[in-house]
Amino acid sequence: MAEYNMHILVCGGTGCKASQSELIKTNFKTRLNEFGLTDEIQVVLTGCFGFCEKGPIVKILPDNTFYTQVTPEDVSEIVEEHIIKGRKVERLLYKDPETKAAIGDAKGMDFYKKQIRIALRNCGFINPENIEEYIGRDGYAALGTCLSEKTPDEVIQMIKDSGLRGRGGGGFPTGLKWDLTRKSESDQKYVVCNADEGDPGAFMDRSILEGDPHSVLEAMAICGYCIGADKGLVYIRAEYPLAIERLKIAINQAREYGLLGNDILGAGFNFDVEIRYGAGAFVCGEETALIHSMEGKRGEPTVKPPFPAEKGYNGKPTNVNNVETFANIPVIINKGAEWFASIGTANSKGTKVFALAGKINNVGLIEVPMGITLREIIYDIGGGIKDGREFKAVQTGGPSGGCLTKSFLDTPIDYDNLVAAGSMMGSGGMIVLDDTDCMVAIAKFYLEFTLDESCGKCAPCRIGNKRLHEILEKITVGDGKIEDLDRLRMLSTVIKDTSLCGLGQTSPNPVLSTLDHFYDEYLAHVTSHKCVAGQCKALMHYSIDAERCTGCTLCFRNCPVGAISGERRAPHYIDQSLCIKCGVCFEKCKFDAVLIA
Amino acid sequence: MNKIKSLADLKKLQSDVQSKIKLREKGDHSENLVQIKVSMATCGIASGAKETMTYFIEELDHQGIDAVITQTGCMGYCYAEPTIELTMPGQPPVVYGFVTKAKALEIIEKHIKLNEMVDGIIPVTYNSIEN
Repeated sequence: MAEYNMHILVCGGTGCKASQSELIKTNFKTRLNEFGLTDEIQVVLTGCFGFCEKGPIVKILPDNTFYTQVTPEDVSEIVEEHIIKGRKVERLLYKDPETKAAIGDAKGMDFYKKQIRIALRNCGFINPENIEEYIGRDGYAALGTCLSEKTPDEVIQMIKDSGLRGRGGGGFPTGLKWDLTRKSESDQKYVVCNADEGDPGAFMDRSILEGDPHSVLEAMAICGYCIGADKGLVYIRAEYPLAIERLKIAINQAREYGLLGNDILGAGFNFDVEIRYGAGAFVCGEETALIHSMEGKRGEPTVKPPFPAEKGYNGKPTNVNNVETFANIPVIINKGAEWFASIGTANSKGTKVFALAGKINNVGLIEVPMGITLREIIYDIGGGIKDGREFKAVQTGGPSGGCLTKSFLDTPIDYDNLVAAGSMMGSGGMIVLDDTDCMVAIAKFYLEFTLDESCGKCAPCRIGNKRLHEILEKITVGDGKIEDLDRLRMLSTVIKDTSLCGLGQTSPNPVLSTLDHFYDEYLAHVTSHKCVAGQCKALMHYSIDAERCTGCTLCFRNCPVGAISGERRAPHYIDQSLCIKCGVCFEKCKFDAVLIA
Repeated sequence: MNKIKSLADLKKLQSDVQSKIKLREKGDHSENLVQIKVSMATCGIASGAKETMTYFIEELDHQGIDAVITQTGCMGYCYAEPTIELTMPGQPPVVYGFVTKAKALEIIEKHIKLNEMVDGIIPVTYNSIEN
């Protein structure tokens, strides 16, 4: 009997791997071997399940049991109780955050209820290092259909009809991009997969490559067939070692099975894929900079036009798409453009993968239909704000995006609505902020990132962002003036209008968006020198209440800079010129005598 | 591995490997499928529950009937092992005792295919808590 009657899926995404999921897999194999069950039960290391908050995840099928935070030591109990005796290990089951009831079946989890998984269809379902499992899930069938039954123009029309737009951030219609590259005449063309995912807190593309690398390879081959390219390149950052390794295995297996190489499926079509490594520069996610980096030049952008569709890699027409965009392609071919277009809103079709992070209970990777509201994402899927605090804003689009406030909680999320709200879709990072986050500090954080990542080629981005950052710094330490707020806005506008590439054109967005939505907070910083969220340390003022102080000298002894003086059993005093606002005195005082203003 | 040379080759490989992961897909819509739980405690295994389970898996697969077959712990009917609990979609579960291969075949032919109960049902005199 070759069939297994039970499958144990262990998450092998980077997050769970860091929590010893490989050892968990090994332990399962060892224990099953001891019980002589290795022929009946299959143990598979899969891609990311998305529920990273509670990793490592172990899922047992067919009964669909979802175990969270499994340690290698728990394995024996799972084998002895669940596998041998058929009793679920209650303490490892996911608990509903509200009812506290254990949920045995993954279908019952709110986290998964509102998700539609297209790009992530195979993540956490198949073994990414086994091409046969991908083939068993309709893998390479779309490529087969295209090669044998459809002309390139028909395929492009399908992609156009589906309404798929680029998932890397800009949202350019994918079908149109393919069409433009197809129409450029040349002896050589290229398909490039942009896996240079750089937004802070974003890990959608990494998870797709780690969990389902073949879907990207298949889509690249389809794209090659459509535009007339026989060579594909994946540009991936070297700091994604697991994604690179799985991609390499996938490329080798596809070659071995004849799904990459010459005369694919006997249709006379040749296509092969190579990997190019990036050094992790944010600007290299911009397509012209990416292409220069692949050519071995400095990763700096150039003016468009010419677009890569006309003159790209080595001066040849090049089609650049993002990982998630590619991952959608095979499903569109298999299920039809109409099916895909039935999901989503008028101008944004399909689904979007988001990396949920920040002050939210269920940190993780989710895929939701376009048009879902922020409220559904944060409260239903995300399980609400950490520690029951108050929701303040959510940052989308990374350093190029902006903040969405409470008033946007019920806005359907799609490309156009996000832009109208002063943010953008971006690649899918979603960072949730609560009332302890200072919006000025958030804007400063993102600007620091752009400052580091600016390539320095054009003056507005190189110098302008530096000046912007200086003004924000001034405001957060309490030296800001009301005129600074107008200067921030004017400078931001100039940088947007005059920068060379997308990085500079969008870098002031976090500043503008927080200025628009949280002007009061900026105002409090510059007029009354107060930080409502309590995050800007320099604006805090520590003093000692003489009534309450017992003169125990505890604060005096703990102050790292000797700013506190006073006699034993007499009220103490903080010298404001020496105080560094570290807060130690406040933490140490047993009589609540240290006041913060 | 021989190279896949045509779409037909690919389709053939697909149908060969599909069964390997079919079980995982079943987990996603188990409520619409026939579910069989085989009691597999020491007494059950000693009485041949393992063979019964294997037989169910192979025979249902052979007949092309989608079913979720899992093992479970002791149901308490140690005198009647091997015991199985059969749940047809949308119906309450039914427990059968003394399920040998022959009985298993009868259950498949009558109960699963024609929805007619057969002899050997153990009346359930308790309620289980949901989990």
